[in-house]
Amino acid sequence: MRQGKYPFIVGFLAAPVLLYVVFVISPYVQAFQISMTNWKGISANPQFIGLENFARLFEDEIFWAAVRHHGVLLLVMPLVTIVIALFFAFLLNLSGGQRDGRMTGIWGSKVYRVIFFLPQVLAVAIVGVLFQAIYRPDGTGVINGLLGKIGVEPVGWLIDPDIALLSIIAVMVWQAVGFYVVLFSAGMSSIPKDVFEAAALDGAGRFTLFFRITIPLLWDTMQVAWIYLGIAAFDAFALVQVLSVDRGGPDNSTTVLPMEIWRTAFNFSKFGYASAMGVALFFMTITFAALTLRVTRRERLEF
Amino acid sequence: MTTDTAHKPDATRRTAPARAGRRVRNPLGAFGVLAHVALLVWAILIIGPILWTFLSSFKTNTEIFGDAITLPASFGWDAWGRAWDKAHIGQYMLNTVLVVACSTAGTMLLGSMAAYVLARYTFPGNRLVYFLFVSGMTFPVFLALVPLFFVVKNLGLIDTHLGLILVYIAYSLPFTVFFLSAFFKTLPTSVAEAAMMDGCSHTRTFFQVMMPMAKPGLISITIFNILGQWNQYLLPIVLLSGNVEDKWVITQGVANISTNAGYEADWPGLFAALSMAIIPVMIIYIIFQRQIQSGLTSGAVK
Repeated sequence: MRQGKYPFIVGFLAAPVLLYVVFVISPYVQAFQISMTNWKGISANPQFIGLENFARLFEDEIFWAAVRHHGVLLLVMPLVTIVIALFFAFLLNLSGGQRDGRMTGIWGSKVYRVIFFLPQVLAVAIVGVLFQAIYRPDGTGVINGLLGKIGVEPVGWLIDPDIALLSIIAVMVWQAVGFYVVLFSAGMSSIPKDVFEAAALDGAGRFTLFFRITIPLLWDTMQVAWIYLGIAAFDAFALVQVLSVDRGGPDNSTTVLPMEIWRTAFNFSKFGYASAMGVALFFMTITFAALTLRVTRRERLEF
Repeated sequence: MTTDTAHKPDATRRTAPARAGRRVRNPLGAFGVLAHVALLVWAILIIGPILWTFLSSFKTNTEIFGDAITLPASFGWDAWGRAWDKAHIGQYMLNTVLVVACSTAGTMLLGSMAAYVLARYTFPGNRLVYFLFVSGMTFPVFLALVPLFFVVKNLGLIDTHLGLILVYIAYSLPFTVFFLSAFFKTLPTSVAEAAMMDGCSHTRTFFQVMMPMAKPGLISITIFNILGQWNQYLLPIVLLSGNVEDKWVITQGVANISTNAGYEADWPGLFAALSMAIIPVMIIYIIFQRQIQSGLTSGAVK
């Protein structure tokens, strides 16, 4: 049956490759081209202006505000998420002590895992609308309503520029933790039981088990988590677009690059400038991923 | 375990069997209590907002603008009816089901075809095509946004479901191909060879022999794609941005109601719409939670 091989290969690859090249590859390539034009307005005739858009980006305050926010996101969001998720994963999988020579999780761990993962299946846009009501700045919001019961003044979660970004980060953490609990649980269950047995025999307590054994052996999974969360920190579009005041406000205190790209392109029709931001975002994401892989590289433990 | 890091204590001082004996059972000490409190608090943080949304859909506008922490006075379904008809949630839901059904089916068909060929056949350019697909996972969609809009527009597919479906398929291919080609490589070659020996064509071997064998992998990635495409927000607001409200998908519709709720002042309707968007996903999640958890995390644990 050799003759049929090439027609078969071509037949199977033609449609997916065509679709992929038209809708994915060609836009990515064109983006670099468009970023060097002054394309404004749907019908305008774009001209090549070299790196002028990028020079303008350097003086654009909103651009720098967005970059700063990515910095904050990148520092706070992955760290908080991973710490909480690791803690819960440990409780759910390993903290129940030993039973029949095996490490067990805490009582009810299956139910907790189902609940924790739930936000992950909800659309970010839906979650954004949900938290608009939770965060309302007066007693009608859930959090301020609760705070009111204990006599605390309402907090302007989303309208106070100092805390608006943190409020949004809190929602990202709320949604992400469950995913990483499940991810870390999978990692923990692949650690051989005899490692824990040996440690417990030697009298290692829960803290030793967690810091000296679990974390080192989970390093690969944590690295993956860090990269995933870092990439999410360069997105945040749907949440900022739906949840924040004035889409990135108040006073641009929550705006992010994807938000500015979308606004610049589809509200202001400055396609060249928006693409330049896209290119900047691309290089930031790539740099982050490459740096993370380099810095966190360790000798891989095989078991 | 081939390295020595974790084994050292085992070899050096195995002297405390008495202490190990004590921790065989699981006493609910101070640590256990604290652990349960922490887990319970987080569980409430997750359930609370969702439950509150459901309850708010039964409240009246006055109740919603009163104390946030009260139960509704009566349970009526008015707001749900309004959200379904007047706010077109029914229409958006139907649109989303249609789009996601077509795009997931398309993604699975085209993705598994490409993955199979790339995993099981050697031909010049195989690696090139594979890396072309896989590289798509590393680029931020926002980079492609402007040109993508014009590509779709120039094909006359802007503001159409077909355009959205094709774009969903194209952007789901990188991960689908990456995941499935790894999966096809793990399947034994002997069955396919036997089928070919019996005179089965390449195409028939794929559909009747390989596809059934790859079922676990296909299920995981199908769930992954359904959820990803159901929850997509950016692509619809860019590609269905014209005056085509009747074509909107659910995320777009709910986000838009939330912008309008302030003016039209139908807050219960908004919460009913939110509940309607959440409930089907929640039901599916509870039924398939095992597959969904493994499907969504399978990308990370190779």
